[in-house]
Amino acid sequence: MKANCWYGKQDLRVTDVPDPKILNKRDAIVKITSTAICGSDLHLYNGFIPTMERGDILGHEFMGEVVEVGSEVKNLKVGDRVVVAFPISCGACFFCQREMFSLCENSNPNAWMAEKLFGHSPAGIFGYSHLTGGFAGGQAEYARVPFADVGAFKIENGFTDEQVLFLSDIFPTGYMAAENCDIQPGDTVAVWGCGPVGQFAIRSAFLLGAERVIAIDRFPERLRMAEDGGAETINYEDVDVYDTLMEMTGGRGPDSCIDAVGLEAHGHGPQYFYDRVKQAIRLESDRPIVLREAILACRNGGTISIPGVYGGFDDKIPVGALMNKALKIKTGQTHVQHYFRPLLERIMKGEIDPSFVVTHRMRLNEAPKGYDLFLNKEDDCVKIVLKP
Amino acid sequence: MMRGAQFGLDWARDGRRRNGVVNLNEEKIARGLGWFSIGLGLAEIAAPRTLAKLIGVRGDHNGLLRMLGMREIASGVGILAERRPAGPLAAWMWSRVGGDAIDLAMLGAALRSRKSGQGRVVAATAAVAGVTALDLICSLQLSRRDGATKNGGAIRVAQAKTINRSPEELYRFWRDFQNLPRFMKHLESVQATGDRRSHWVAKAPAGTKVEWDAEITEDRPNELIAWRSLKGADVENIGSVRFERAPGGRGAVVKVNMLYRPPAGKLGAVVAKLFGEDPEWRIKDDLRRFKQVMEVGEIITTKGQPAGRDSSVSWRYDRTEEI
Repeated sequence: MKANCWYGKQDLRVTDVPDPKILNKRDAIVKITSTAICGSDLHLYNGFIPTMERGDILGHEFMGEVVEVGSEVKNLKVGDRVVVAFPISCGACFFCQREMFSLCENSNPNAWMAEKLFGHSPAGIFGYSHLTGGFAGGQAEYARVPFADVGAFKIENGFTDEQVLFLSDIFPTGYMAAENCDIQPGDTVAVWGCGPVGQFAIRSAFLLGAERVIAIDRFPERLRMAEDGGAETINYEDVDVYDTLMEMTGGRGPDSCIDAVGLEAHGHGPQYFYDRVKQAIRLESDRPIVLREAILACRNGGTISIPGVYGGFDDKIPVGALMNKALKIKTGQTHVQHYFRPLLERIMKGEIDPSFVVTHRMRLNEAPKGYDLFLNKEDDCVKIVLKP
Repeated sequence: MMRGAQFGLDWARDGRRRNGVVNLNEEKIARGLGWFSIGLGLAEIAAPRTLAKLIGVRGDHNGLLRMLGMREIASGVGILAERRPAGPLAAWMWSRVGGDAIDLAMLGAALRSRKSGQGRVVAATAAVAGVTALDLICSLQLSRRDGATKNGGAIRVAQAKTINRSPEELYRFWRDFQNLPRFMKHLESVQATGDRRSHWVAKAPAGTKVEWDAEITEDRPNELIAWRSLKGADVENIGSVRFERAPGGRGAVVKVNMLYRPPAGKLGAVVAKLFGEDPEWRIKDDLRRFKQVMEVGEIITTKGQPAGRDSSVSWRYDRTEEI
């Protein structure tokens, strides 16, 4: 089959690889009908996530048709149409039983490595480095889905792929980020980053009762999309974010702040230069520019919610502000399986149509071009869906 | 139950084989320092006046310097005469550290005295401080090693894991030793050869095998199994596994305690490879797989999946898949 493989920093190739096989009893093989490029894939593309190996198949947002099931998969059959959650979760451990699926204790064969870096290992993830299991990803014609009885969600209604594909990651990720804000009537939520996750965070915040959402980015097309979702916007290249937020919130600051940017934040001035240099010479693994700004801007006693991906060790996080302002921090990889049903219901009720975020459709063999386009935000690119 | 005394005494004397740490040659350093002590002591006794001039101390301190010289010689002879490793040698090395402290205190006094040649005293103090650092490091290393060899040169590993199953289920599975190779990757087979006896075969590199017989020394249903290897084992080992109920209905905590001693020679090298540089890691990974077998019924793998390279997994990172 054809698969989009990683061969180094900004070196992707769609090549022929063997077809996947059932390896565990609870595996399923899915023939992929749609697969997407995630913003977090760009961190792999740019070489910021360690433990990638030449030839790794990328991709963790995919859906398709079940073509084979393992002997222990009881709730799926050949021919089922499924969306696959990006974390791989067993359904039986302490965390899975509490629906914290992205913290599954049994799905990362390389847990020893993650333990060394993080103290404890999170769940395995499709196509996202060997630190999270080294599982082959879904930017391919077929994929093997371990623990398919937990991670593959059957879609029985007549939705298009683009309406349900994002249940695999970015819709639940934006939704969990908003849910983590514990939004109260009258709340203002600020969202840094108007990429796909930011867009879903904006709409989810409104679904969960936010009074106002303020979206921060620098690309006009992304800010426009945020406005379409009902947000007020700040272009950080034009104005100072902190001052503008204070002005907009009567000096108190947003009740919650969502960092939908993560480790490759862009900024300007000496701070941005400092982080670029430290990151380049590996003295820090991430550029936590947004996180710093969010901590300072958030109202006292408010919540910082972090769906953006961070990888390692960061500098100059204002912990003093965090403590003295009594802020709460909520974060984590998304417990996707927990959100499948409630979010599908919201789609069914017409509360949201996730396909709004798609700007580009390509063939799988154009994936390397797609990454480049997405990275450079050319052609107003927000979200790319690939068709095998 | 975990007494090192159950192992042969001669092993207890072998200070070189210990917790997977490279031999830092503290003995060699210690013996060098022993000769240094004797040399310095002789100089202090034979030519106190010259030495005093050299370190910038004026006035008549010949008696004091001769006493210090005797102390140096005692330390040096002690270190060189000590044939036992680690512990006893460490004691002699600590005597040097004590002597260094006295020397530094005296040099401090000399530094405040207007009669002294300040520059020379400062230089002498710096030299003694350097030697003190070396003495201290060497003593600490030897003492630490003494701790490691208290187990008689054996390697001790202890690991725990919380598993979402009852102690009864876990005990039942473990007690049937034939199940162990399902999650202990280095084991090839375990056969019960009697009510409490069993025969163990472990895989070793290059197609070789390591074998031993073991007997259960304690068996408390749903709580604990303890075992020890029998005479003639390739890898002498003794250990126990406990199953304790976790609070709040959170399953059980499994605790493994093990003491094993790799044999000497070629076979020892094979066994060392078997357990890796980090013996704890091996047990930790076995317990992780035990948890998977108990909670989900099998061990999740990536071996055999597609990739854009020759091997389906990564040699560098997927260690557990490649053993």
